[in-house]
Amino acid sequence: MSNNIYLKKGLDLPISGEAAQSTKKVIVPDVVAVKPTDFRGLVPKLLVKEGDKVLAGSPVLADKMSQNILFTSPVSGTVAEVVRGEKRKLLEVRIKADAEQEYVDFGVKNVAEMTAEQIKEAILKAGLWPALTQRPYGIIANPEAKPKAIFVSAFTTAPLAANPEFALGADVEYIQTAVNALSKLTDGGVHFSLNSENYSGTPFHKVENVIQHTFSGKHPAGNVGVQIHHISPIRKGETVWTVSLVMLAAIGKLFSTGKYDVRRKIAVTGPKSISPAYVEGYPGIAIKDVAEFYNAAENLRFVSGDVLTGTNVGANGYLGFFDNQITILEEGDKYELLGWAKPVRCSQYSSSRTYFSWLTPKKKYAMDTNLHGGPRAFVVNDVYGKVLPMDLFPVHLLKACLANNIDDMEKFGIYEVLEEDLALCEFVCPSKIYVQQIITDGIALMLKEMC
Amino acid sequence: MNGLRNLVDKIKPTFEKGGKLGFLHSTFDAFETFLFVPNTVTRRGAHVRDCVDLKRVMIMVVLALVPAMLFGIWNTGYQHNLAFGLDWGFWNIVLYGLVKVLPLYVVAYLVGLAIEFVSAQIQGHEVNEGYLVSGMLIPLIVPVDVPLWMLAIAVAFAVIIGKEVFGGTGMNIWNPALLTRAFLFFSYPSKMSGDTVWTGGVTRFLNEGVAYQAGNGLVDGFSGATPLANPTLENLQPQLTDMILGTIPGSVGETSVIAILLGAALLLWTGVASWKIMVSSVLGGLAIGYLGYAVGATDLPGYYQLVMGGFLFGTVFMATDPVTSAQTECGKWIYGFLVGALAVTVRIWNPGYPEGMMLAILLMNTFAPLIDHYVIEGSIKRRAKKVKIA
Repeated sequence: MSNNIYLKKGLDLPISGEAAQSTKKVIVPDVVAVKPTDFRGLVPKLLVKEGDKVLAGSPVLADKMSQNILFTSPVSGTVAEVVRGEKRKLLEVRIKADAEQEYVDFGVKNVAEMTAEQIKEAILKAGLWPALTQRPYGIIANPEAKPKAIFVSAFTTAPLAANPEFALGADVEYIQTAVNALSKLTDGGVHFSLNSENYSGTPFHKVENVIQHTFSGKHPAGNVGVQIHHISPIRKGETVWTVSLVMLAAIGKLFSTGKYDVRRKIAVTGPKSISPAYVEGYPGIAIKDVAEFYNAAENLRFVSGDVLTGTNVGANGYLGFFDNQITILEEGDKYELLGWAKPVRCSQYSSSRTYFSWLTPKKKYAMDTNLHGGPRAFVVNDVYGKVLPMDLFPVHLLKACLANNIDDMEKFGIYEVLEEDLALCEFVCPSKIYVQQIITDGIALMLKEMC
Repeated sequence: MNGLRNLVDKIKPTFEKGGKLGFLHSTFDAFETFLFVPNTVTRRGAHVRDCVDLKRVMIMVVLALVPAMLFGIWNTGYQHNLAFGLDWGFWNIVLYGLVKVLPLYVVAYLVGLAIEFVSAQIQGHEVNEGYLVSGMLIPLIVPVDVPLWMLAIAVAFAVIIGKEVFGGTGMNIWNPALLTRAFLFFSYPSKMSGDTVWTGGVTRFLNEGVAYQAGNGLVDGFSGATPLANPTLENLQPQLTDMILGTIPGSVGETSVIAILLGAALLLWTGVASWKIMVSSVLGGLAIGYLGYAVGATDLPGYYQLVMGGFLFGTVFMATDPVTSAQTECGKWIYGFLVGALAVTVRIWNPGYPEGMMLAILLMNTFAPLIDHYVIEGSIKRRAKKVKIA
């Protein structure tokens, strides 16, 4: 506790629609989707065909580059449809779930007696390996590599994110098991970051066999990338792995129960969600499974994840592999007369003092997806720095990405950031620059040139 | 409100690509987005966005310039009134000021915006609102008697060569408004310096024997000189209050310390301009001002340097231009300090140029990327060292 890392910069988004801490229903899955698009740079290899029977834990896809990385079905059922996009790119494998769930039995294991190789093999076989994200670049961890350390953020600051204590408080034992397992895969230990303001209030501070860190501050203090930057920055040639609490719980369940059990509490949130609350479900469930949370007649956007970094999946879409949050908000495709010229815009939020939102710090805003302006060149230069608690030069990094200048991208810290870390820069940008897309393109270039 | 929207929607197809007036689509878009925040939604990345946009940021700077502009209009009339001994009342003074200053605005905005619209059209961009600020600034930093055709050429030069060839707002190296002034200064020095250009109507009176308000000719003892013409304590001490109020000859908007500080307050409160640049520029000016005072190069205490000429106007509105100033936080301190220091150095030690603010800012605009480069290199090295130890 003594060396708490206080992050002064950042912004908590005052968006309405926080989920009440109660589980409204348990979703009986109908059709679930396994989406290779959830993983950066993945070239999937299809292992099933339409009509095949699968169990929860049966492999559906493999990584073409290293074929021991499997992606398994979250439910038992029948492969209903393989959805492909342009150039036959594999988008989704849809599985029609059975009424009764059957699991592949991977066998209960005692982590303490296992070697690193056995642990890797068990996680790979059950399809939980993709839960480990490797930095730099945020790709699926390379099973051959030994990371410098493994980092876990045990709190969240993202807008309306699922409360980890409520969603995962009951899974602390599984998380402990997973930590014990993963700590064998690295010499640098498992780093666990907690929120100092809620240190004793969270069950996660009891997790042992970890190196604890405490952080306080606004979003993105809960982002694991920001935490790594302050704990032990990633230098050229180093790799670290990150894993979320949700995924730790699933890995723990694998060892403790022998099942691929990725059931999780999912927060249904957002300004347009009707009495937002939690549901119990699987990754890959259809948005339609939470139909009672929204009015289908409205023009809505459905985001798998939070409003800053999530994916727009649409009303017919499916929840992503890593996500335990659905955000429902209104499409802002409306004109606003003299919007920018009005002295006061009560219903809109701005972190800038050129409006008066700072007078009502407690107010929550029903934000929509309007861009609120037109795209411009970089003009105002100090807005990004105010919401990025990292010792980087974000504008220079972005310009290096735009110029495809690999040397400068390295210098300005492309190894240390993922899109999510700069998402707030995108939010506050008066020039409406697509910051995250620029980083995505930059990382794609690095992957192409460096690997 | 809906009627207006319907009207816009009705005429919109004419201006879209393939429409009859499709070649004007950037122009149409500029006016449409001026009236309505567009209905574009986020496509990728963050799904929600802050409601601030560049129009809002720019309009704040324009608002911050309003006190200086209003005072400049009044002072133009007031100086004319003094020079010709007219005993005018307030409204007469303001009327004369309007007659002199409004044409400057009309020319600055017409020429500048026309070029902006055309180049946006050629490049297929949206029209950037940056010129709203430049156009507001330009009339405030020129002598009121500058011929309008000269102003038009200077504006065209600054916008085309200073900005559009680099890619428009956000890409330019030098502040476009200052570039306008620099162009005038070097191309037509007789209209930009001396003692007679700063008071409205005097140039014309001297050339043609008439002025807009001829009156009885210039009063006895009219000098028209700005404080910079003869910067000695003996000369300026009696004028100090006038210099702070701004009731002295000078470029249209630069004279009143109070009006400029009002604008500065708005810029700092809204966070649009960097307080670091403002503070460090003032510190730089004071440091060299007092240095010159200490070594006997001038008998003016350093703080006089702040209230004379264009120092404060440049510090508040020109040096802080986010595009052309240093971009790094540490770089801003260095940049601002050097702007202030260089401006006063030129004033004190260079007999050729009584005022150094314009050139100091343009020079530091040129060096701002270099400052940033070293600040960033330094920061990266420091971090690398820290990481190695840890």
